[in-house]
Amino acid sequence: MSTETTLAPSGTGGNGSPGPVRTHRRLPRYGVAALYLGGVVVGALLSALTGFSIALTVVYGVVLGTLAVYLVARRVEGRRKATDRLVTTVVTSAFGIAMVPLVSLVYTVLDNGLGRLDSAFFNSSMLGIVGEGGGAYHAILGTVIITALTAAISVPIGLLTAIYLVEYGTGRLKKAITFLVDVMTGIPSIVAGLFAFALFALFFGPGIRLGIMGAVALAVLMTPVVVRSSEEVLKLVPNELREASYALGVPKWRTILKIVIPTAIGGLGTGITLAVARVIGETAPLLVTTGFVNGTNLDPFSGRMTTLPTFSFYQLTQPGFPPEFGIDRAWTAALVLIILVMALNVVARLISRIFAPKTGR
Amino acid sequence: MTTTSAPPGPPRPTRRLGDRVFAGSATGAGILILLVLAGVAVFLVTEAWPALTANSADLPNGKSLASYVAPLVFGTLVAAVIALLVATPLAVAIALYITYYAPRRLAATMGYVIDLLAAIPSVVYGFWGIAALAPAMVPFYGWAAEHLGFIPLFAGPASTTGKTMLTAGLVLAVMILPIISAISREVFGQAPALHREAALALGATRWEMIRMAVLPYGKSGVIGGAMLGLGRALGETLAVAIVLSASGGITFNLISSSNPSTIAANIALNFPESSGLAVNTLIASGLALFLITLVVNVFARWVVTRRAEFSGAN
Repeated sequence: MSTETTLAPSGTGGNGSPGPVRTHRRLPRYGVAALYLGGVVVGALLSALTGFSIALTVVYGVVLGTLAVYLVARRVEGRRKATDRLVTTVVTSAFGIAMVPLVSLVYTVLDNGLGRLDSAFFNSSMLGIVGEGGGAYHAILGTVIITALTAAISVPIGLLTAIYLVEYGTGRLKKAITFLVDVMTGIPSIVAGLFAFALFALFFGPGIRLGIMGAVALAVLMTPVVVRSSEEVLKLVPNELREASYALGVPKWRTILKIVIPTAIGGLGTGITLAVARVIGETAPLLVTTGFVNGTNLDPFSGRMTTLPTFSFYQLTQPGFPPEFGIDRAWTAALVLIILVMALNVVARLISRIFAPKTGR
Repeated sequence: MTTTSAPPGPPRPTRRLGDRVFAGSATGAGILILLVLAGVAVFLVTEAWPALTANSADLPNGKSLASYVAPLVFGTLVAAVIALLVATPLAVAIALYITYYAPRRLAATMGYVIDLLAAIPSVVYGFWGIAALAPAMVPFYGWAAEHLGFIPLFAGPASTTGKTMLTAGLVLAVMILPIISAISREVFGQAPALHREAALALGATRWEMIRMAVLPYGKSGVIGGAMLGLGRALGETLAVAIVLSASGGITFNLISSSNPSTIAANIALNFPESSGLAVNTLIASGLALFLITLVVNVFARWVVTRRAEFSGAN
């Protein structure tokens, strides 16, 4: 490396007199920076050979700079310090690499989705639409209805199960439930969809497609998430509060309703919101349970229903003719979906901040 | 820890109606969860039964059920293994960065940003995979087919659309990255401070401290996290359904445009148009997926809980 010469003075400076006490020899900060700068310059030149690109410059720069720092550090500071520096760079660049898909994803969705983010998208359904125009009115309503039904099913069950696990559960049943809730978290979403389909097909025949089926499938996915988060939060409620309540003669169920749950309400709200955020983007179970329809259907107990994720999927895979309008709608639906999920995440954080538990912890 | 032992039950000997109702419904909800999980298995088996017992000539491919499911199982495993191989080292490095390298003040935010990757719906990952990742991988596939063609994995002919098994695996890797890194982060953060400080006091560099005090402590947590990620990757549907061009049988060639599909993607793509025995066949393949993920998840939980029992810290 040509850059090695820039460091030669500092390297030989400490090398003059080997006294009885060996002082630590360290690479100066500017030396490291200079090595990386050199790496980036060489990287830029290399990438210029095959048509300049910023991405290649950064990649070459980091690789060459790291190599140079490692070699120099190995000579100046010794093998162990050099390895330490190498690992630091590797670990830091791993974080950088993970940021690439996130940034690229957000950019791609914004780039493709902003075009159709207009009032027509939110105000019209796909009924009778061929080509331009149309929107996701029916899909957004479908998502809201199905998600609300899902929450109505799984929040009471999940919350009660969590209360059971923390307040009542003992012995083997508690262990079994804890374990199976964990296992249930890992059920593939498509299998949950098939379960709901199989359940309803048994009673109504194989052609059945209903909004409520989708809600049942999503509830299978959402309930374990609610149980897990609620359980963690309920465990945080200090036992002293419960004991004080018992000491005043309050029965256990009133203690839970009036003391435990109000203390943990912030955490419970956060957990439920995050669980909703998780299921609102689920597509696979809805493909097999709710079907797909172009018009608006507000009744989850009769007929097919469209949701935002399935709308987006079908607009991309079966965009109709000419395809570009369908594909634009698909991207906008994806963008709306991301905005919804992010908004729910922000709401969850707000809830946990506003209702922060006023406990001793 | 004292939750289970401390409350000595209701203070009065007479159990009130409210108490009985409340305890009953809480227990009932817990048992309902057990029933649901059993129900998933029972209903899947019931609906898959016609396909399991059907005459093999009536099945969608006209051959046996095993020959229909085998390429799908293979494709599922290949995609998930690629995802795991890519994501695990990256996730461990990220977890180390956030717990021990990042500036203290930024670390929490960085963890939150990584967790955002988990919040993005899978259909959006599919969109991103097909619009951004697949085209970006095409030049690499061409280069790999030309120069690395002697390795069976890169035998080519290279796909010109980028809709390959490798692309699907990479998308899955991004999706399971936050799961593995979240669990690794938690375990690394719990490594006993005394061990870490002792290592540093003996003159270890930061990396040596991590290698000697943190990694051995966090090993089983990382394994458990990776298994959970594997479970997620096995069952991931839409991203694969959109990204993968599935038209082939079993092959180790990762960069051509004829790949085996995965179980989940195959169900999602074919279910809406299927009827009769085809539906039962798809449900039978879903049953296979359920069993595979069940085994993986049970194993993962077992590894994680075993660690929790060993570590006296919490």
